[in-house]
Amino acid sequence: MTLPIVLFFVIATATALSALAVVCTRNIVRSAVWLLFTLIGVSLNYFLLGAEFLGAAQLIIYVGGTMVLVVFGVMLTAQGPFLQLKIKHVEWAVAGTIAVGLFALLVYTSLQFGQPSENKETVQVSTLGMAFMGAAEATPRAAVTGYPEGMTPPPRTRMGYLLPFEIVSVHLLVVLIGAAYLARAKRRRATPQAAEETS
Amino acid sequence: MTELTLTHFLVLGAFLFCCGVMCITIKRNAIGILMGVELILNSANINFVAFARFSPTFQLEGQIFALMVIVLAAGEAAVALAIILNFYNNHATVDVDRAEDLKG
Repeated sequence: MTLPIVLFFVIATATALSALAVVCTRNIVRSAVWLLFTLIGVSLNYFLLGAEFLGAAQLIIYVGGTMVLVVFGVMLTAQGPFLQLKIKHVEWAVAGTIAVGLFALLVYTSLQFGQPSENKETVQVSTLGMAFMGAAEATPRAAVTGYPEGMTPPPRTRMGYLLPFEIVSVHLLVVLIGAAYLARAKRRRATPQAAEETS
Repeated sequence: MTELTLTHFLVLGAFLFCCGVMCITIKRNAIGILMGVELILNSANINFVAFARFSPTFQLEGQIFALMVIVLAAGEAAVALAIILNFYNNHATVDVDRAEDLKG
């Protein structure tokens, strides 16, 4: 038992248990808190896989941004402090059967991949940034990458990702405008007749 | 079982995916369904990063795809919550079983 695998089992157990708790909890607020722990566990998994930038991005965007959105959504829509909607036993049975079958299928497929060896060097943050800047050179000069002259940068495909980067940024702008338009506060009509007409 | 391999991460991703599917299937609260979608996207991300670590030709692409998924998921959550708020304003509930205005 090496240190990485011990760490993996600790993190994976915590992540899986909190994911299960998200499903099993009736209370939506508790569900949100368990989802928070799941997301933190996933980001720790990224750190374990050597993707430091992704782990940090996951912490900032998901835990700092998306979860705040979800919690605000819960607060703005809950009728009572402890909103619970009944779930039938039949629904539990059907959903559980589907999930267990899917899990068995996915694990069976995962076992077909065999045991490929780990890549020797991990992707540096600078490489990610250069790819998003659209650097198409396979081995850019030291002045561009910051690598010392003697060292060779890790091999990678001759491809830049400038266009997807720009598309995502425009997409975020559209989402921002769309969400603000959809969620804007409407002026309610005062008279009951007008309310009946609109409903 | 003494070394960390690709299979470990794939199994974890599969488990999160199934939790997400179950969450979407059984929750009646619209925000609960949104949480299920987040779980599924995260499980896909774990697979992307795991393949980026263990496949030599997917080293850079895996992380870039995962970043794209994170950013797009944030946008998706914002729009979905706006829609849910709108639904709540019109129906005074977040129970998705009550969203049957278009039923023939």
